[in-house]
Amino acid sequence: MTRTRILRLKINGHEREVAAEPNAILLDVLREGLGLTGTKRGCDMGTCGCCNVLLDGRPVNSCLVLAWDCEDREITTIEGLLPEDPGALHPLQEAWAETGGSQCGFCSPGFIVTAEALLREDPEPTETRVREALSGNLCRCTGYKKIVEAVLKAARSGRGVEVGS
Amino acid sequence: MTGTRFVGTKFPRPEAPDKVSGRALYIHDVVRPGMLHGAIKHSAHAHARILRIDTSRAEALPGVEAVITGFDTPELRVGFLRENRALKRDKVRNQRDEIAAVAARDPETARRALELIEVEYEVLPAVFDPVEAMREGAPRIHEVDGRGRPTRDNRVPMECRHHSGDLEAAKERSAFRVAGDYEVPWIQQSCMGTAGCIAEFDANGDLTVWAKTQIPFLAQRDFNRALEEMGLEGRNTRVIVTTLGGGFGTGLDTHCYEYIAILLAHRTGRPVKVLMDREEEFRYLSPRQSARVHIEQGCDEEGRLTYREVRVLQDNGAYASWGATFPTVMLLPVTSLYKVPVVHFDAEIVYTNNTYAQAMRGYGNPEVTMAIESNLDELALAAGIDRLEIRRINCNEPGEVTPMGARVGSCGLRACIEACAEKLDWRAKPGRNGRLRGVGMASMLHVGGSGRIYRSDASGIILKLDDFGNVNVFYGGVEMGQGLHSTIRLAIADSLGVLPEKVRVNPTDTATCPWDVGTHASRGAFMACNAALEAVRKLRARLFAYCVDLFPREVERALRKQRAGGPPPRPEGGAAPDRSSPPSAEADLSFAQGRAPGDFELEKGLVFVKDGPDAPWAKIPLDRILRAIHFREGGDMLTETAFYDPPSELPDWREGRGNMSAAYTYGAQAVELEVDPETGEVEILRFVSAMDIGKVLNPQALDGQVLGGLAQGLGYALYEEVKTEEGAILNPNFTDYKLPTAHEMAFPVDLVYVETDEPTGPFGAKGAGEPGLVPTAPAIANALRDALGVSLRTLPMTPERILRALDPSAS
Ligand code: FES
Ligand code: FES
Repeated sequence: MTRTRILRLKINGHEREVAAEPNAILLDVLREGLGLTGTKRGCDMGTCGCCNVLLDGRPVNSCLVLAWDCEDREITTIEGLLPEDPGALHPLQEAWAETGGSQCGFCSPGFIVTAEALLREDPEPTETRVREALSGNLCRCTGYKKIVEAVLKAARSGRGVEVGS
Repeated sequence: MTGTRFVGTKFPRPEAPDKVSGRALYIHDVVRPGMLHGAIKHSAHAHARILRIDTSRAEALPGVEAVITGFDTPELRVGFLRENRALKRDKVRNQRDEIAAVAARDPETARRALELIEVEYEVLPAVFDPVEAMREGAPRIHEVDGRGRPTRDNRVPMECRHHSGDLEAAKERSAFRVAGDYEVPWIQQSCMGTAGCIAEFDANGDLTVWAKTQIPFLAQRDFNRALEEMGLEGRNTRVIVTTLGGGFGTGLDTHCYEYIAILLAHRTGRPVKVLMDREEEFRYLSPRQSARVHIEQGCDEEGRLTYREVRVLQDNGAYASWGATFPTVMLLPVTSLYKVPVVHFDAEIVYTNNTYAQAMRGYGNPEVTMAIESNLDELALAAGIDRLEIRRINCNEPGEVTPMGARVGSCGLRACIEACAEKLDWRAKPGRNGRLRGVGMASMLHVGGSGRIYRSDASGIILKLDDFGNVNVFYGGVEMGQGLHSTIRLAIADSLGVLPEKVRVNPTDTATCPWDVGTHASRGAFMACNAALEAVRKLRARLFAYCVDLFPREVERALRKQRAGGPPPRPEGGAAPDRSSPPSAEADLSFAQGRAPGDFELEKGLVFVKDGPDAPWAKIPLDRILRAIHFREGGDMLTETAFYDPPSELPDWREGRGNMSAAYTYGAQAVELEVDPETGEVEILRFVSAMDIGKVLNPQALDGQVLGGLAQGLGYALYEEVKTEEGAILNPNFTDYKLPTAHEMAFPVDLVYVETDEPTGPFGAKGAGEPGLVPTAPAIANALRDALGVSLRTLPMTPERILRALDPSAS
């Protein structure tokens, strides 16, 4: 307890302060400390991808990352992909809704941020590349086809909004 | 009714924006003021007497608010046979038995407190195999049944059988006969959103449960019974369903963890959340039922089926949940898939000290279809008949009445089989690079007009129109990701005559929604839309009756306004109407006078007279009419309800007879694959799924159901198995329990819909939620047999099993 420290985290382009113990996991700090519950917990051991966020633009399992290690780094969560105008969606989110990439929806935030990292790196990925990039994310509902379709569709439409970087 | 405009078109789901932006609230995200976190201590043994539980050290831990056991709380009975208890007192019967629970300020404190609870056991001999459990002198799992009567053996008192025709005579008559033994494992439903709930009492002693359930109303009944057992007679439970995070059958029963949350909330007077993490879910949430299936089928010289004999043995585990009732669903494919005159079906369900199973998508059907369809391929081979041909010869037809009494309405099985025949190359071909290539197919039949397994198989719906032209829908079934709300929206938009955006399906809540038996048996869309169509009929009748009086005045008013330069009415969400031809001064309004209710129509949110002028002022927006009805003298609000119970029969399970569904869904899947004979690795090259689900209501949701089902079927066929040793789960995580990923699902899939027109179905549709995974495993098994020349009869068909099949002498 005594070692709890106030961390300064750069989340979705904003500086946020949050108290965290040295062994605090980023996922817990996001969800419980900061109320960013869009990032989901599916396994706590890096096997499902539901908790994925971008750390300096790269997708990580936030359930495996210590919050203390994230100071001075850019964190992007699913909330950070939303454009500012209310009612608008990020092109990936739009594509997900249009194709039906989201069924129960629990896996969607993790998939979408992972796909965002891919498109930042490779704006026109092949289907194989998309499947490779998403193979650390589990979905029990969709059979993945519509998810892959959504990424390719967003890629084709151009990604538009650039957030959190 | 207006013609269909939205039904059958691709439309995004109403909840999609919230889900893709992380705004949807799952049980994990819901927080109540002052909420505590519960954790449950489970048994350390598969079978043991509980001698003593010492909770004192746990109670002393700072942050702990309550520690409860079966000894200091009312006894809450769980399960349809009532032989399970929320907290065990006398003995534990498997490694997941709940013996104590803690409520604390945070989940970590609660879990730490569990470790401080000391339990003293007297270990008892245990039994983990259903055959051994049936032997004389086997350890008895339950000395008494749920009603306190002594048991005779370890058999679960559940009868389900079907005997029709003379089996021995049929065997004698048969030119070819083939028998086989098949084994299917426990698998985990593996919802990405793990299980959990929040229980909270108000100051009246009434209970609210935020639940991850598919049966809000049966849960209300179960929890009200628990309240009675707690001495809270006359108190009520309100069940609120959060965004589900996956269902697949896990929400069909009420669970010990829910009753424990209720006990903890009652003890502390505060809201209590119990949430499983992934490992807990693997260990303590009931998986899909496993089964051993013995099957024998015969045919005559021409390939016509002469009989089918099926004997099922199920390891029930320690308590009865819905896994025990899988035979009631097996009954349908066993008696009715293909025309087969003589059928004998028997099932034995036996208590052991293993985990116990609950529902999962398909509910017994994939288990037994694996045996029927694999065995049929072997029969074709024995009879020297082509595999596709034997299916054509025995194909079901519309109008047929099957041995169990299923009355087949629409049936497109033949077209499904032909689609599979066409889309793959069925000639023998070598694989690439020395690999073995195979093709295979399997058919399926499932309930498509709900499945009556309870006295009432009904669904109620309430449609409430408001001053703004919104249609607020209250439906008791559960949106769990299948797209139910989206389908309801399209059906109501079309039948009522409004735009989909105006149809708002509310969260499911037992306090506001009418009764529904539950979202299972592929019944969601069939039931909700049938109920909605009835309510819409009533709604339109009432609306148009008011129009007789109100409409002329509203037209006059619209005309006046437009002459004064006001904007003409705009169809809901539609393009601005044509302003080019302003109404002439002498527009004749007499068309609106003296009309009968039947003269009116509602389309895209505009009310008009069917043969009236095609002018903007002659079409009045629905919301205007609704406000006119509301604010007149003796005003009224339009709300209508319907309660739809489908035309089906509750089967007599002992006889295995009854028309259990109002409609039947058919389908077939076919697969082309290659096997590497060195490694046993399977690569799927192509998949065909042809389904007769009646008319397509909601293509986006339907594709998702079929593709998602197929992925689960692929996992069932090749990868998934809950492994146990002495009742302990050995692979409680996604590292050791393999789910298909985007990588395994990289093959192309041909989705074919054979659109029959089902007379009992809404817009001609049938149920489509489960079929996607029913024939997947046998289609793959048949393709593997084609590739390898040997049959695999145990799921999952892992590389090790494939190598062993290729070379039985290798270990
Ligand atoms: S919760 Fe982090 S990978 Fe599953
Ligand atoms: S949509 Fe349910 S897990 Fe992916």
